[in-house]
Amino acid sequence: MEEIYDIIILGGGPAGLTAGIYLSRAKVKTLVLNVGVIGGQMSLTHEIANYPGVPNISGYMLSRTMQKQAESFGCKVISNAKITSYKLAGELKSVELAGKGIFSAKAVIIASGGKSRELNVPGEKEFAGRGVSYCATCDGDFFQDKEIIVVGGGNSALEEAVALTQYASKVTVVHEFDYFQAHKKAVEEATNHPKIDFILNSTVSAFYGSQSLEKVTVKNLKTGEDTETKIDGVFVFIGYVPQTQPFKDVVKLSDRDEIIVNNQMMTNIKGVFAAGDCIEKRFRQITTAVSDGTKAALNIIEFLQN
Amino acid sequence: MTLDTNLEHITSEAQYHEIINNNENVMICCGRMGPMCVPVYDDMEELRNEYSKVKFYDMLFDLPDAHVIRNLPECRGFMGLPFTVYYKNGKVVKATSSIQMRDQLTEILDENFS
Repeated sequence: MEEIYDIIILGGGPAGLTAGIYLSRAKVKTLVLNVGVIGGQMSLTHEIANYPGVPNISGYMLSRTMQKQAESFGCKVISNAKITSYKLAGELKSVELAGKGIFSAKAVIIASGGKSRELNVPGEKEFAGRGVSYCATCDGDFFQDKEIIVVGGGNSALEEAVALTQYASKVTVVHEFDYFQAHKKAVEEATNHPKIDFILNSTVSAFYGSQSLEKVTVKNLKTGEDTETKIDGVFVFIGYVPQTQPFKDVVKLSDRDEIIVNNQMMTNIKGVFAAGDCIEKRFRQITTAVSDGTKAALNIIEFLQN
Repeated sequence: MTLDTNLEHITSEAQYHEIINNNENVMICCGRMGPMCVPVYDDMEELRNEYSKVKFYDMLFDLPDAHVIRNLPECRGFMGLPFTVYYKNGKVVKATSSIQMRDQLTEILDENFS
């Protein structure tokens, strides 16, 4: 069975859903195929306070709202899509889904986003869900009155460290540099918080425990010294890696595996656009993903008309 | 209180025992409507059609009666939602913590219920 659309969007994060909203509202027959969680990384954010027009909202609620908004204009969203093959070259693009057949369109937007970067150290996978977490919103309340570590020094790390103080008795931020990449307000909130301590120039290099996480090794990156520390939980917020592996032999990637697009958001393949955290760019915010999705959608409307 | 899913919901301890004791193969996902939980419910809704010999249920983690899952020995040490538990003839055969991808779910279902 083959279903034909005007446009297929690969990814249901803020970039993909925004493009879905604009395209569907312009009466372009649009399909969003989402492989992971609707909202992508946005859905994991405890509280979003810098999205214009929305004073405070959870990432999960903003994701669901964007999805409903897209669907209200006629955009079809398929979640948990298991993509088995792509054909992005040529006039007609197609995507095959396991058990659902082939979907074709004249244009495609790759909005596959990113995923949490892992430390890739011993014990990390073993204790995921047993003390190691990448989502404060999801797992924060398991650490009521417990001592935890947050790894990272960017916006997510420091903002989530502050958010986690509502549960944890003590939060120690372990960061590889002696300065933070986060914006000034996040740094001030974290450094002034009475429950938050810092270990700088360091990283977590191993996780240990039995049924759940019990201790970690903190390595000082300047001296090489290892210190074992008893800890109940570790939240890892060390950035994201673009999810572009499935497209690496198809579209042109940067040396950081990000998709290279022109100022119309088009890749090196005609009719294949890209938007959001998967593209080569400096700032990765919900607002920049929304902007990318908007630009891709508007350019595609022109592309389809021509 | 139930979860906003299309799965059948377990809402009491009595219902829980009746289900696991009267069905050979049961999968219960105990969580909230959070980003790690919803994908598992969505997968389960689809897997219902592929695994006719398995009964699929969800249970709200914050229900008082959900202690029957929260306090399972097999869930000791779990610190990530959802708790997903697989039962054969009333006995736990597998339990996982946090999000599981569809392939991980089918691997467990095939291994224990085929």
